[in-house]
Amino acid sequence: MKKQLVYKRFNRFWHWTQSALIFFLGLTGFEIHGSLTFFGFENAVHYHNNAAIGFIVLIVFAIFWHFTTGEWKQYLPTAANLREQIAYYLDGIFRNAPHPTQKTALSKLNPLQRLVYLGLKILVIPVMVMSGLLYMYYRYPQSYGIESIRIFDLGTVAVLHTIGAFALVSFVIVHLYLITTGHTITSNLKAMVTGYEELEDEKH
Amino acid sequence: MKKSLIIFSIIAVFLLVAIILQATKPYVPHPVADLKLKYSKKHVPSVDHSKLAALQVKFSTPQQVTEACNSCHTERHKEVMKSSHWNWSREEYIPGRGIRTIGKKNVLNNFCIGTQSNEQSCAKCHIGFGMANPDFSYDDPSYVDCMACHDNSGKYKKATEQGGAPDPSVNLNEIAQHVGQPLRSNCGTCHFYGGGGNNVKHGDLEMSMFDPTKDVDVHMASDGVDLQCTACHVTKNHVMAGKVYSLSSMNRNRSTCEQCHTDRPHTNDVINQHTVKVACQTCHIPVYAKVNATKMSWDWSTAGRLRNGEPYNEEDADGNHAYMSIKGSFVWQKNVEPEYAWFNGTANHYLLGDKVDTNEVIRINSFNGSYEDRDSKIIPVKIHRARQIYDPVTKMLIQPKLFAPEKGDGAFWKDFNWNTAAAAGMKEAHLPYSGQYTFVNTEMYWPINHMVSKKEKSVECTECHTRDNGRLAALKGFYMPGRDYNAGVELFGKVLIVLSLLGVIGHAAVRFAAHKKRK
Repeated sequence: MKKQLVYKRFNRFWHWTQSALIFFLGLTGFEIHGSLTFFGFENAVHYHNNAAIGFIVLIVFAIFWHFTTGEWKQYLPTAANLREQIAYYLDGIFRNAPHPTQKTALSKLNPLQRLVYLGLKILVIPVMVMSGLLYMYYRYPQSYGIESIRIFDLGTVAVLHTIGAFALVSFVIVHLYLITTGHTITSNLKAMVTGYEELEDEKH
Repeated sequence: MKKSLIIFSIIAVFLLVAIILQATKPYVPHPVADLKLKYSKKHVPSVDHSKLAALQVKFSTPQQVTEACNSCHTERHKEVMKSSHWNWSREEYIPGRGIRTIGKKNVLNNFCIGTQSNEQSCAKCHIGFGMANPDFSYDDPSYVDCMACHDNSGKYKKATEQGGAPDPSVNLNEIAQHVGQPLRSNCGTCHFYGGGGNNVKHGDLEMSMFDPTKDVDVHMASDGVDLQCTACHVTKNHVMAGKVYSLSSMNRNRSTCEQCHTDRPHTNDVINQHTVKVACQTCHIPVYAKVNATKMSWDWSTAGRLRNGEPYNEEDADGNHAYMSIKGSFVWQKNVEPEYAWFNGTANHYLLGDKVDTNEVIRINSFNGSYEDRDSKIIPVKIHRARQIYDPVTKMLIQPKLFAPEKGDGAFWKDFNWNTAAAAGMKEAHLPYSGQYTFVNTEMYWPINHMVSKKEKSVECTECHTRDNGRLAALKGFYMPGRDYNAGVELFGKVLIVLSLLGVIGHAAVRFAAHKKRK
């Protein structure tokens, strides 16, 4: 076992900013949706719109980071070990079996994580950003709008945005739980805070 | 590499903060203080009419006053005689029906129904004298009543049931010497009492507005900017901006809030965006009939009950007429929350003689507009509901003769016989009457434009953006955040969240149990 830098500084900054923004967007978003009351409707709209702009800026930087550092390769899906990884969560974990996928600085994600995060990156987040932008800059039918994106019904945009929001809530619940499934209950959390994690020596 | 990333992330944070600050930077609308300043300046007349020789001569008839006015204002009567205030009609284009001459002459309402055959009584609110006289002519300038609108003494009044003539007690010389621009007291004398009593018709125009407080109307408040009607109903050559859609059909020469306040009057631009689809009045007039009740419904079918052969009245708990033998049963309400409708500025009307089915409620007037229509906005309305007389054979709403000075002319208010009243009224309207009548449900829409509240009292976001029983609950066909949702998606979302939680909790429990067992 050796302490290694797994999550670099920008990685941690991006992760924690994103998590705060998603939590805040969820809270304000579900208030606008009529599911809860917290900030008051007018404030919720105001905060949600501004946080959304912040989120988009963060995404732009994150995309830049992923491509310049090559980190995007972390999310390439792989079938190798997929079955074993599912078996681990359904069985091995209860028997204290070892993790089937070895975590290294160059390959941080197990095959299931790769699939889920890739889904977030290429499906859920883009849907949320696009529907969110349309929602925000939508000016009602034919009025001061961009004629080429004449949306006659905000309903479609809003419902897509809502589906994405539910998917994210579900993701966050599972994600928070899976923090506890590292080498120890807190090792994953510590790693994302400090950047360092005790990793097994790489097998060759 | 590491260093550049640190710099990079610091720049990112700064940019993030800068963009959020930029987004929250308030837009500064045109200040209301400028408007207050502009409209607080009182008009100073250039002429003192009490000093004019022509007005010292003793007037014995009101026509002499008009002649004296015209001797200086030589062309004004021509403007007046082109107006709908004089003609009780004007040319209007009605979408789908073409150009029609419409007005009080041939448009019905669901209050006292119509003016035809009742002119002698109705003409108390005509800007002329002697409308019911046999020799009356719309081309005769001597019948024009300048005093009704221009008396600034507050002492002018018209006699009841005398076709528009002044009350005999009026000192015509005193009135003539105290004329000026119209005041609320001039307009209000008719427009506050339409339908035969205070606040019967409009709901947002009534006698408290002779001298309103800021709570009643921020614009007209005597203790505020004290606007007179013509401040908004800007008048040039006796043509007034703004008219009510009980009689109008066209989107022309309207008086709007935006003309002073612009369509971006709020600091918060999200609220400014509402002005594309929501009229100012919708949020800024949360309730109408703030001081005195307004008539919400009128059932003519109960009219005509007599006690010992005599008509009688009954009052409700607030002292408003609940029943009148001559008119039927009423419901009055105070502090009424408006209903809401899409409106693009054009309206349709039931015109005297139109044939209509009774499958649905008959619309005395209907507002055109929809969510999809570029020109439509949501406006607040008073909907007056009534049961009124109808001929099931000719399928026409009946114009009954209500008023006559004496019994025996068929007038309902004297003879209490619907059959003779219908026959006499339709005869004077030159329309057929089959001899059969029934009562049908009708609705009439009155836009609510007055009694604008202080901004602190405006409608709150969540009065509309709410799941249940919001103010706009009845307006369907568009998605409104906070109100609308897709039921299937809601269910999917809830199930997904519950399954995620159950999965996580179950997994954790089994892990915990296995861990204990291992120990």
